[in-house]
Amino acid sequence: MSKFGGSNDKRDVPGISSGSLSDIVFMLLFFFMVTTQLRETENKVIVKLPQASEVAKLERKDLSSYINIGTPIRSLQGMYGTDARIQLNDSFKTVDDIRDFIAAERDAMSEADRSYMTVAIRADEDVRMGIVTDVKQELRRCSALKIMYSARKPAE
Amino acid sequence: MGKKKTPGINSSSTADIAFLLLCYFLMTTTMGDQAGLQRRLPPIPDKEQKAEDQKVNRRNIIIVRINSADKLFAGNEALDVSLLKDKIKEFIANPADDPNLPEKEMKQIEGLGNYPVSKGVISLQNDRGTSYQAYIAVQNELVKAVNELRDELSLQRFGRKFSLLDEDKQDIIKKAIPQNISEAEPKDVGGKKK
Repeated sequence: MSKFGGSNDKRDVPGISSGSLSDIVFMLLFFFMVTTQLRETENKVIVKLPQASEVAKLERKDLSSYINIGTPIRSLQGMYGTDARIQLNDSFKTVDDIRDFIAAERDAMSEADRSYMTVAIRADEDVRMGIVTDVKQELRRCSALKIMYSARKPAE
Repeated sequence: MGKKKTPGINSSSTADIAFLLLCYFLMTTTMGDQAGLQRRLPPIPDKEQKAEDQKVNRRNIIIVRINSADKLFAGNEALDVSLLKDKIKEFIANPADDPNLPEKEMKQIEGLGNYPVSKGVISLQNDRGTSYQAYIAVQNELVKAVNELRDELSLQRFGRKFSLLDEDKQDIIKKAIPQNISEAEPKDVGGKKK
């Protein structure tokens, strides 16, 4: 009485159609294209952001410039040592170069947007405040007063 | 010459092509991690401004200090980071009108009526040797204290949490409970008094 098998002859199991597989993969692709953004610069310093639960999202990503502070990556430690360094764009810089960097970033923006420029300080959690304070003082001197301490939300 | 049927194009490899594209985007892009604590740095002070700064009443200022060993002092007593939030909340709200805690100023705020706005300022000082992690943890507690006070006020007045309010109402609450955190001029000595 069983519905399957039994007296009937063996039937061919129909193959699973793989036609929709590509649709699924395309959907994944679009998801990643929308939620991610192109990496602009290569990281030359190791940055493990500190945790903070009260983080707020930046409204305009295009108006922000980044200052990375941390120890150089493993492959560059032979050349630059393990002291915390400042990375602007693609190379190691000193505090004195921040002025030029900010000026260049300002020039790249339209007149109306300049007052909304935010400088995001992406510093490693093990960095000492001395270097961060130097950067902050230099930013004050360049009157780039809107800053953001990048942090990540702790997993709940 | 009989009619030939055009064979359908085999589409099973489109999945592979899409996978290749997917891998490319996975490798070259990053997830947006553009979140953080936003601050406004004070402008470089002029000579005339300095005299004005000193007028701030002593009771209106709380000095939060982190020394080079990441130890925290708030208002001249050693404190654990976990206790800082409540201290700051008490400092800003000043529920019992303690004469040692900041004074309040009645302000007419549109949409809220008269509200006693605290004049308290949190002054954050750190040493050059303070670790960034400790600094951010303290900053986070300060923001959390302000956010909780804002939440309490919005629940009381508008029946909703601060983050769920629309922009106009958020501005009203922000005016009633300002976030006055000043990051002091850097000093080289650790833990010493001014």
